Amino acid sequence: MDNKRKYVIPGDLVTTGPFRPEQNVVLEGNRIIATAIGISEIYDDAVKVIPLTGKYIPKINDLVIGKVVSHSSLSWELDINSCYVGFLPATDVFGRDFSAHADELTSKLRTGDLVAARIANFDRTRDPLLTIADRDLGKIDSGDLVKISPSKVPRLIGKRGTMIQTIEMATNAAITIGQNGWVVVSCEDPEGLLKAKKAIQMVDEHAHVANLTDQVKEMLEKKGES
Amino acid sequence: MGGRESELVLLDENGIRCDGRKVDEPRRIMIKAGGLKNADGSAYIEFGDNKILVGVFGPRDVHPKHMSNTDTGILRVRYHMEPFSVTERKNPAPSRREIEISKVIKEALEPAVMLDKFPRTAVDVFIEVLQADGGTRCAALSAASVALADAGIPMRDLVAACAAGKVADTVVLDVNNEEDQAGQADMPIGYMPNLEKITLLQLDGVLTPEEYKKCVETGINGCKIVYDLQKKALHDKYFGNGGD
Repeated sequence: MDNKRKYVIPGDLVTTGPFRPEQNVVLEGNRIIATAIGISEIYDDAVKVIPLTGKYIPKINDLVIGKVVSHSSLSWELDINSCYVGFLPATDVFGRDFSAHADELTSKLRTGDLVAARIANFDRTRDPLLTIADRDLGKIDSGDLVKISPSKVPRLIGKRGTMIQTIEMATNAAITIGQNGWVVVSCEDPEGLLKAKKAIQMVDEHAHVANLTDQVKEMLEKKGES
Repeated sequence: MGGRESELVLLDENGIRCDGRKVDEPRRIMIKAGGLKNADGSAYIEFGDNKILVGVFGPRDVHPKHMSNTDTGILRVRYHMEPFSVTERKNPAPSRREIEISKVIKEALEPAVMLDKFPRTAVDVFIEVLQADGGTRCAALSAASVALADAGIPMRDLVAACAAGKVADTVVLDVNNEEDQAGQADMPIGYMPNLEKITLLQLDGVLTPEEYKKCVETGINGCKIVYDLQKKALHDKYFGNGGD
């Protein structure tokens, strides 16, 4: 491991000097201090800490998987595994000619349904606004939900998607990863489904291990023989 | 207070205290991060004979809604002693003392946590004292800050806490239950070691200005010992295998 990356806990000094503080660090005088447990990274002129724990914080344009918890006459409320609930306006699903009298919201989405959505808008003054107006978004009809820690989502995707491709290729499963740590796996072959789920859980548990992709590959291949 | 005469020898001629410690020696401390599955973050501390479990939830929705703040997240702390934590059964209802300790711990953690990133949310800290033996507020505060870090709440620094006091006219570190009862002063200190800031300072008893200064100094040294153990607990949980 090069000396630019190190393990930090809150209060640890990451570096001093003219760096731009990014995620999970604060500037105290000329010292840059970590505010989360994670791995610090210094690149170019910026410093950040990649967190290893913590809740999902919505970001505009993130793909998330939500579960419908309730609805009003104009919108649904989705649990997106965050400290805020996601709002999905009815016009987004029904289109411009939505009418609160004529259209019944439950005809499209019911409580408990899983939805793949994108965060259309979010800032500190309001709850995240979701949209499903895009390709591949909308209600998820089939598949199993696997919950992993949101901080380990980048690990599951891997560098340029290598990790997820490895799992998908080996099991023939279709995997949708929400940035909020909820993952939907669907696969026609029940054994492939089981294997894919196991691989995802393995990534969640062993996220800090080096060359995990190879280990996952090994695990998937071994299971295939038995 | 006032150093009552008793058979208990608080400090013998060799400078050894009633439980065999030296004047600047803390009790045995063990901290473990994590351990509770359903809480977002948790920690367990054994501080001498104190055993304290802390669970943290959040950031999450605030209930009741009127408590929420649109500018920042809020921190809520409940310090609670189990009925079996002391020799005589303790009524589990929150006592005056528990309400006070909840408040001081909350105020001691507030300078460390940065909840302004999570407006309209709450972070709940639940402290359960399983076994008490003097100095629970310090042990609870130390464990609470580990649990908060475990939950991923952004923090400027960990808060370490340790008490100092005056026993048999001597300033000592980490006052235990007997020394607290029979000693002359007890001063719990909460301290952020990297920022060098004190977040909790209480004093029960009478000290001269010199003793006061010495007490603060001794307490801060104790906090630094606790801080190393807090750090170790978090390192063990997160970077246990494959650490650098």
